[in-house]
Amino acid sequence: MTLITDPTLHDRLTALAERQAAAGEVRGLAAADPVNVPMIRHWADAMGDANPVYTDAEAAAASVHGGIVAPPAMIQVWTMPGVNRRARQGPTPVDDVLAMLDGNGYTGVVATNCEQTYHRYLRPGDRPVPATRFTGLTGPKRTALGEGYFVTWNVTWYCDDEPVAEMLFRVLKFRPRTDRAGSGAQDGRTDSGTGEASAGPRPPYPLRPAVNEDTAFFWEGAAQGELRIQKCADCGQLRHPPGPMCPSCRSAARTHVVASGLGEVYSYVVHHHPPVPGRQAPFVVAVVELPEGVRIVGNVVDCPPSEVGIGMPLRVTYRQMDDELVLPMWIPREP
Amino acid sequence: MRTLTEDQVEIGSPLPELSIELTPTAIVSTALATMDFTPVHHDVEGARAQGSKDIFLNILTTMGLVERYVTDWAGPEALIRGINVKLGVPAYAGDTLTFTGTVVGREDDEFTVEVRGRVSLGDHASGTVRFALPE
Repeated sequence: MTLITDPTLHDRLTALAERQAAAGEVRGLAAADPVNVPMIRHWADAMGDANPVYTDAEAAAASVHGGIVAPPAMIQVWTMPGVNRRARQGPTPVDDVLAMLDGNGYTGVVATNCEQTYHRYLRPGDRPVPATRFTGLTGPKRTALGEGYFVTWNVTWYCDDEPVAEMLFRVLKFRPRTDRAGSGAQDGRTDSGTGEASAGPRPPYPLRPAVNEDTAFFWEGAAQGELRIQKCADCGQLRHPPGPMCPSCRSAARTHVVASGLGEVYSYVVHHHPPVPGRQAPFVVAVVELPEGVRIVGNVVDCPPSEVGIGMPLRVTYRQMDDELVLPMWIPREP
Repeated sequence: MRTLTEDQVEIGSPLPELSIELTPTAIVSTALATMDFTPVHHDVEGARAQGSKDIFLNILTTMGLVERYVTDWAGPEALIRGINVKLGVPAYAGDTLTFTGTVVGREDDEFTVEVRGRVSLGDHASGTVRFALPE
């Protein structure tokens, strides 16, 4: 059964889903290590899989493969982010959709489908690169776990430019019922970086931006997943932060454009002290230079502060701080 | 270990059952071997704090065990082409995961096996595995 409890949120989700689908395939980071026998042996040992084509060089050489191959079901293992997930994970077009659902109370996650197709067996030395497409959002649906949205994405792994394997992955993001819904859930975390199931209302974020006649368009844009830059309606010059008058031609007529969402670090600080309400130090505050020609201040997130540097390529992301406020923030991207 | 030949695979014939004891060691060692360090797969307290009754099998392991179930039967040179799994109830530490399967179809050189992995709570995973046999 379909139910729309919050038409505004549903519209925002649908619009974001359409944009993310239109973004097409986004390549992630290559496997940290090429396909290798020690990781295969470790995997086969833990699985209790005695297939000699995975670990026995002699038997593998005499087999149809002519040498050691990796178990096809290991495909996702090669590009898992490791213990320090944030440092070793490229952004995907799925992140923002999951973040918007998280920010609106759909904090539970359970994986429902995993479909993999293997075009060929990988061999030691292959170094797969995942590429992720956002492919679907359906809901809200009433489910046994609570009201939720099904989110689907597809990953293709490439070795050089050859597609070697594909996966469809679907999760249900749900609003946990108050009577502990977790017992029916499998975790849906994948190499695309879903959070774990967790519940609880979100306290209001203590810092509020100054929203006034000059800046309202910016915050309305952020809430819809748009990075809006003020533009003089007369001479066309872009300006940020927004203000009442064009510093170039002194016209008070203004409009805005939607920025591409790309940028790079122009300058930054790492804030350690004093404590800031609602934030956990250290965090990065950067001046981000946009290709559109203006600079904007924002946090760089999903990246250890020690890895931030001047010139670092960034992509905007939208973080739901509480039930009302969305802040644009910045995450690393491949150059 | 011998690999089956095409004439040894009959549509409708069942695969031998495989039961796997889900000891905490099995849950943790497979989670780490699949590079999945999410606490719910190795930290009992962490799993309980999220409303799960214990640590449970991760999805990459479910995929690996489904694959192993089919190649254990079909032989080491069976060529796995694809695995489609619908995920059901969690497979908790202390439970037993029992696989059953049936050959359900053949198209050109590709066979399809239907697989079910059950635990005490119900179906943990159900789906199909596609494979070919060497000439």
